[in-house]
Amino acid sequence: MSDVADRVKKIVVEHLSVEEDKVTENASFIDDLGADSLDTVELVMAFEEEFGIEIPDDAAETIQTFGDAVKFIKEAQ
Amino acid sequence: MGLMAGKRGLIMGLANDKSIAWGVAKALAAEGAELAFSYQGEQLLKRVKPLANELGSDLMIPCDVADEDSLDTLFDTLKETWGSLDFVVHAIGFSDKSELRGRYVETSPANFAMTMNISVYSFTAVCQRAEKMMPNGGSLLTLTYYGAEKVMPHYNVMGVAKAALEASVMYLAEDLGRDGIRVNAISAGTIKTLAASGIGDFRYILKWNENNAPLRRTVTQDEVGKSALYLLSDLSSAVTGETHHVDAGYNVIGMKNPEAPDMSLERKGD
Repeated sequence: MSDVADRVKKIVVEHLSVEEDKVTENASFIDDLGADSLDTVELVMAFEEEFGIEIPDDAAETIQTFGDAVKFIKEAQ
Repeated sequence: MGLMAGKRGLIMGLANDKSIAWGVAKALAAEGAELAFSYQGEQLLKRVKPLANELGSDLMIPCDVADEDSLDTLFDTLKETWGSLDFVVHAIGFSDKSELRGRYVETSPANFAMTMNISVYSFTAVCQRAEKMMPNGGSLLTLTYYGAEKVMPHYNVMGVAKAALEASVMYLAEDLGRDGIRVNAISAGTIKTLAASGIGDFRYILKWNENNAPLRRTVTQDEVGKSALYLLSDLSSAVTGETHHVDAGYNVIGMKNPEAPDMSLERKGD
């Protein structure tokens, strides 16, 4: 697993208080990991801070799953 | 004894540990203030509860500031619980974020009215009710931003609302001053909060501030908290109607610092 995926997973596990093995490629933050709409904004902010990137709103809306987040961040870096 | 020992107050607009209201609440609690928190909806209660508990507060009251009855219930609850009140921190503003981009001139009447109601009138509505609970005087504080004074990118209708909020602080100071109630605003520098996530190009704005503010940095929630402590305590007993800048000095600057690097937006595909 890449460094980016590890760092994203750590943020998700801590923020949503979920088990690490639940955070799979296709796990949806809202449907599978119990996030509410504010959690998704907070996660995006945490990703921005961790990776020093800006995730615009329209892009943030496309980040629904753990895999989406990792893919977006890798491309943004 | 702490600066806020024996004082009781309400914090409105705490969302999470990145909130400016959190920096303020911590600074007040550290000086002995007893705090109550209002929140809007279960999503926010989930976030406010652990933070309030961390500061030894168990008083969390739901409130939708757009609803007069809800505001009445909030202050009735405070009256039953505490009787009187010493301070209120109003850290609330809202606008449809689709209008915090593009041109201000496109603002819709519905969003204009809603933004003004929640971001401006709600503070007046809070002052109306708090006044009745402050027989021994008190201090009321709201939060504003430099976008009220000068045009800031993407701030749009929120800048117009903040200008109205700052004007209302002066009128409220006059109305409530004879009862020893002070009304002030803090114009905080740019801070990445949940609310700021609705503002476009925020990273760029933060960097610009860092490069050009006299202190050559941005400000923290805790620093706003310290200045709020001053405005809410007796340290500022002769200060009212003021908009106090806590912005690393950014508001006094007239142009880009010549030594600051040239910056362009880093956008994918540019």
